[in-house]
Amino acid sequence: MPLNIVVCVKQVADPDYFNEITIDPASGRIRREKVPSILNPMDENALEEALRIRERFSGKVTTVSMGPPQAKEVLDWALILGADEAILLCDKAFAGADSLATAYALAGAIEKLGEVALVLCGNAAADGDTHQVGPQLAELLGMPHATYVRQIDFKDDETLTLTRAIEYGHLTIEMGLPALVAVLAEINVPRQPTAEGIMTLLEKEYKEWQADDIGVPAANLGLDGSPTRVAGMYEQKIERRQKVLTGTPEEMVKAVIAELRNEGLL
Amino acid sequence: MSTSKEVWVWAEQRNGRLMDVSVELLGKAMELAKENNGASAAVLVGEEVDGLAEELISYGVDKVYLITDPRLKLYQSGAYTKAISDLVEEHRPEIMLLGATATGMELAPSIAAQVKTGLTAHCCELCIEDWDGEPKLIASVPGFGGGICVKIVCPKRSPQMATVSAGVAEKPCTCEDPSGEIIRLEADLRDVDMRARTVEMVENPPAGLPLEKADVVVAGGYGMKAIGDFAPLKELASCLDAAVGGTRPALEEGWIPESNLIGTSGKTISPKLLLSFGASGANHWVMGFTRAETVVAVNKDEEAPVFEVCDFGIVADVCDVIPCFLRELKEEKGETSD
Repeated sequence: MPLNIVVCVKQVADPDYFNEITIDPASGRIRREKVPSILNPMDENALEEALRIRERFSGKVTTVSMGPPQAKEVLDWALILGADEAILLCDKAFAGADSLATAYALAGAIEKLGEVALVLCGNAAADGDTHQVGPQLAELLGMPHATYVRQIDFKDDETLTLTRAIEYGHLTIEMGLPALVAVLAEINVPRQPTAEGIMTLLEKEYKEWQADDIGVPAANLGLDGSPTRVAGMYEQKIERRQKVLTGTPEEMVKAVIAELRNEGLL
Repeated sequence: MSTSKEVWVWAEQRNGRLMDVSVELLGKAMELAKENNGASAAVLVGEEVDGLAEELISYGVDKVYLITDPRLKLYQSGAYTKAISDLVEEHRPEIMLLGATATGMELAPSIAAQVKTGLTAHCCELCIEDWDGEPKLIASVPGFGGGICVKIVCPKRSPQMATVSAGVAEKPCTCEDPSGEIIRLEADLRDVDMRARTVEMVENPPAGLPLEKADVVVAGGYGMKAIGDFAPLKELASCLDAAVGGTRPALEEGWIPESNLIGTSGKTISPKLLLSFGASGANHWVMGFTRAETVVAVNKDEEAPVFEVCDFGIVADVCDVIPCFLRELKEEKGETSD
């Protein structure tokens, strides 16, 4: 039974460089010039899971992203890793989208693709960390869904059994296809790219769709379709004493313990 | 759009216990409702949870919307979304808050998509401010690992929704003469709402002191690799009656369970004292303890950003420092037991 799977992916600033992101005091905008962009780590887990399911059932894996033209880089990466097809939703009309407007655009693309059995997403994007687009997309598509998923099993050809993390435990969830599942990093270890993957890149299908191509009303897209607005931004400053001690480890530890005793903390 | 000016909280329960974060948010909702000249309300969903409705009332909330149904005993993504979205559509509260638990982070966007409103995730601060001449909820969220805070507003639609991490708001006290009202409701569930079925919930509560309730926390990061495990930190923690926490690399190394991860994607803690060993000070980790009273950091790299966010810094190898701490603290214990 072939399964058509869509994996939603996002290009994000590399989390290893987050400490270098600042706000430009003059313009109030985010400065991230020296920060490289990567495929959102948990989306790579979602892609890996899709590739494994395809290996088991056959079918097609399509990756979809919404973003600026350079987001093609992460779609190319997904194609190299093994996706069959990639679609970039790229249009000024998508700009400024919050999670709901992003979900509308992705839902439009998935409906246009048609006959999708499973939508996979990373549980959260490393940059915004909202966890919101997956469930919002599922609700707009009218699909049952689960997030925080650390294991996907097939009970039968049409039913998933999922293990979903909660604080101090888990839920076991059953759901029929079509469905949307958002996965955690612990679900798998993503594969490495191969020379063959790189060589087949140019044979793979890559498309760019604009707002007109997906049939979603402009009022639901981009900044116009976003119920939320950014009201301001500030760098989180933490004021602490920053008293760095000197001496041998023993002297420093003694000094710290004396300070803490003095403050009644020990 | 007419709204009821109410401020709502989803009172999340598991196995007949209210989640701490829901109770914390109840206090926040009552505070925001007062500022907004409206009423506060809790939305409680489950089976046989009348006792919890009484508990919510005891904190002084004005209303509890109580939806009971055997099908809603466990959290069910579709059915909970339908039951609560119907209620939201009917009353259109001004504000709705949900705990940023693993379930709240799924339910909140599902409801927001159903009722077509704005949602802000993992808020670290909530307040009412003037926005275009109207009082609106301004929700601050940590971005890019937490170094940058973004203030979000939902100016035109309601409810203005937000998920809030545990430890951001304070648990309210019970009030002496609670006068809130319990409003009993039935859920209108269709087969289509039950397509995703939670068939089992397994809970493994941690042994010992929960991280978020400890006065003293001993935490470690990847720098503990030099020692190879957390055994010396656990020993230190037992000397101090402390809980043990860690960074994401510590979690990935298997040194701590997920429940003891500190940071934006883990726990927000506010202990009196935090002792940090071998953590460099990545933003997403630091944001987990901004409310700690005193922070001691140990790291061998003097350039590590953790020294900018600590009260006392020790630039040295954890292998050299931890034995000194153990010796000093054990000596002290020896003295006091004489």
